[in-house]
Amino acid sequence: MSEKYESYYVPEQSHWPIVGAIGLFCIAFGAGGYVNDVTKGVSGYSGYLLLAGIAIIIFMLVGWFRNVIDESMSGMYSKQMDRSFKQGMSWFIFSEVMFFGAFFGALLYARVFSVPWLGGASNNVSTHEVLWPAFEAMWPLTTTPSGAVTEAMGWNGLPLINTIILLTSSVTCHFAHVGLEQNKRKQLKIALGATVLLGFIFLILQVEEYVHAYQEMGLMLSSGIYGNTFFLLTGFHGLHVTLGTIMLLIMFLRIVLKDHFTPQSHFGFQAASWYWHFVDVVWVLLFLFVYIL
Amino acid sequence: MSTTENNAVDSNHHADDHHHGAPKGIKRWFLTTNHKDIGSMYLIFSLVMFFIGGAMAMVIRAELFQPGLQIVEPDFFNQMTTVHGLIMVFGAVMPAFVGLANWMVPMMIGAPDMALPRMNNWSFWILPFAFLILLSSLFMEGGGPNFGWTFYAPLSTTFSNDSTAFFVFSVHIMGISSIMGAINVIVTIVNLRAPGMTYMKMPLFVWTWLITAFLLIAVMPVLAGAVTMVLTDKYFATSFFDAAGGGDPVMFQHIFWFFGHPEVYIMILPAFGIVSQIVPTFSRKKLFGYSSMVYATASIALLSFVVWAHHMFTTGMPLAGELFFMYCTMLISVPTGVKVFNWVATMWRGALTFEVPMMFSIAFIVLFTIGGFSGLMLAITPVDFQYHDTYFVVAHFHYVLVTGAIFSIMAGAYYWLPKWTGHMFDIGLAKAHFWLSLISVNVLFFPMHFVGLAGMPRRIPDYATQFADFNAIISIGGFAFGLSQILFVVVVYKCIKGGDKVSDQVWEGAEGLEWEVASPAPYHTFSTPPEIK
Repeated sequence: MSEKYESYYVPEQSHWPIVGAIGLFCIAFGAGGYVNDVTKGVSGYSGYLLLAGIAIIIFMLVGWFRNVIDESMSGMYSKQMDRSFKQGMSWFIFSEVMFFGAFFGALLYARVFSVPWLGGASNNVSTHEVLWPAFEAMWPLTTTPSGAVTEAMGWNGLPLINTIILLTSSVTCHFAHVGLEQNKRKQLKIALGATVLLGFIFLILQVEEYVHAYQEMGLMLSSGIYGNTFFLLTGFHGLHVTLGTIMLLIMFLRIVLKDHFTPQSHFGFQAASWYWHFVDVVWVLLFLFVYIL
Repeated sequence: MSTTENNAVDSNHHADDHHHGAPKGIKRWFLTTNHKDIGSMYLIFSLVMFFIGGAMAMVIRAELFQPGLQIVEPDFFNQMTTVHGLIMVFGAVMPAFVGLANWMVPMMIGAPDMALPRMNNWSFWILPFAFLILLSSLFMEGGGPNFGWTFYAPLSTTFSNDSTAFFVFSVHIMGISSIMGAINVIVTIVNLRAPGMTYMKMPLFVWTWLITAFLLIAVMPVLAGAVTMVLTDKYFATSFFDAAGGGDPVMFQHIFWFFGHPEVYIMILPAFGIVSQIVPTFSRKKLFGYSSMVYATASIALLSFVVWAHHMFTTGMPLAGELFFMYCTMLISVPTGVKVFNWVATMWRGALTFEVPMMFSIAFIVLFTIGGFSGLMLAITPVDFQYHDTYFVVAHFHYVLVTGAIFSIMAGAYYWLPKWTGHMFDIGLAKAHFWLSLISVNVLFFPMHFVGLAGMPRRIPDYATQFADFNAIISIGGFAFGLSQILFVVVVYKCIKGGDKVSDQVWEGAEGLEWEVASPAPYHTFSTPPEIK
């Protein structure tokens, strides 16, 4: 009975949480001032506070993870601790799913309800007549009720290529995991390296798509509900891909430079790969609901 | 708790920490990874916020004492109602429950600490900063948020002031804190139960918190999404909630209440758990219908995801929607009724004694049920057309939140305070606190039903003279309730400083692991797993 708790690890006091709290405070307070400054076109110091906050958070993450890696490498963690980490990561990913859910919800609401209603559907004939009688309900909404015009992003160019890239990267990520579990370090390194590379290519193409949208198509963040949902969904997804790529890159460096992780113990790698599969699934939904349908 | 060979790994690395109890000095509180320290900080923080939010309520009641505008400007009045709501929800009630969970969940399931102790500290320490940002916005040029705690668009987008960005980012931090806290609670309960502590042997407080934590992780990110859309609508020219760009202000309400309705169960499920711990103790009986309590809690949680639009009956939803949300909402009264029935059945033919926690619990059962019934009235769509946005709604949610959530927190605090401090609190003062609170809270909130039914709108600094008498009475009740809470601080302070020593069991009839450890509870409980019978 007692061995269940044999090496339960209550960490010593740590200064990283309070550093992180100060960092988050700087980010929030700085960002709060910064968006006000930017939209009013005045210059202030809030932007610097925001940058300082980001720097503090990066410093905190590096230090905190170094602590955890050191503790883990020196064998302080039990199986139970490992399970706690895994469950914690799964619930974190679930919370991310719900975050995207809010934006997918907004997209579906706009398509199913608000745009048709503005066009007079259901019992909204007089809404349509009184507000914008010339408005025609359509999706993608290329002409908004107030008359702003934009172009719709097709699915068969860059988006299709990006879908293939991301799906491939999920497969290579899986091969890397298999390689790690079977202790085939070469397979692990090649497959993981390929995953990171594909992640980078995806991001570069995504940036290209944004440039194309802004400069040639006139599709912007402010282009009505179509542009709003397009940019916030793909934008937040892009941020998550960035984060996932950084995580995988760090795992790659740990494996190549420090020879970390064993077939039995590789929570850090597993968390990063779970995260990668998660952003991949989000992309598939995005491709379906934002681009194709 | 002696440290034995099975703590060899621990003692190698932080022997001091483990053998000699709490470290000294201010650094203890900033750097701690101990669930009891963090629980205490959460509780003290929530008490401070309770008084700050309460002070704002006093401003509101002072202005409403008489018809006409006399004390504050209407815009400042709106800031008070907004920030009062935000502080009480996110600053007082939720952190208090997280504090109780931090203290009690590991002790109740025989765990040595929370599963992720450093993250635990982080999720606490970002909270004071979040509220620092929110409160500081009140002193900025143009004032603080003034659109109500529900921040409906376009009040929060087109018509809001510059503090909106600060509001948005502070809510983001509160959300991060809640999500991390909830992840910690879930992982602790799933992974750190002592051997033999099966799910259906867990104390009900642990069960309700497990389900609450799930709700938190599911809906706090949706709130983050909602505030993000408000931010982009206000500052970056998006039109999620603007019909001119194809959006819809009503969409805001859908997204907000998809978060908001589970949120109100987040604030009441742990209360159910606390009362389900206390009532059996002072009835000297096992809880009646333990498993039905578990299933009822789970049903309430699941139903909470499909009732959100009952807050929006007057927005012109299609009829099918109104009917669906009406029936689903009324369905919730079934599992809630099961719970109330079970508490009463637990007391039935029990050997009852009326210690302070029990008094608060019984008051909870009666007054929460009143709040539940007024909720049932509001659930009926055609009736809600009249009640919507009146003081009847204010009466309803204050009955479930003040005499519900807050009373249960008081009950829990009195119940476990002797275990935390090792001292019995001043029973005379605590009883005075109870009776003064009980009477004043009803003077405060009960007449709101009447003025509400008569048509007095909420969130209005001035009103028709026909409501004057009742409003004067309400305000007097409000001041009395506010002042009574000072007694609580005195009781807690005295109890920490000293008092009669209590036994490990503290209350005759108390059962569970937390009553088997010493009083005060040692800094590290259960370095060896306890025996579960």
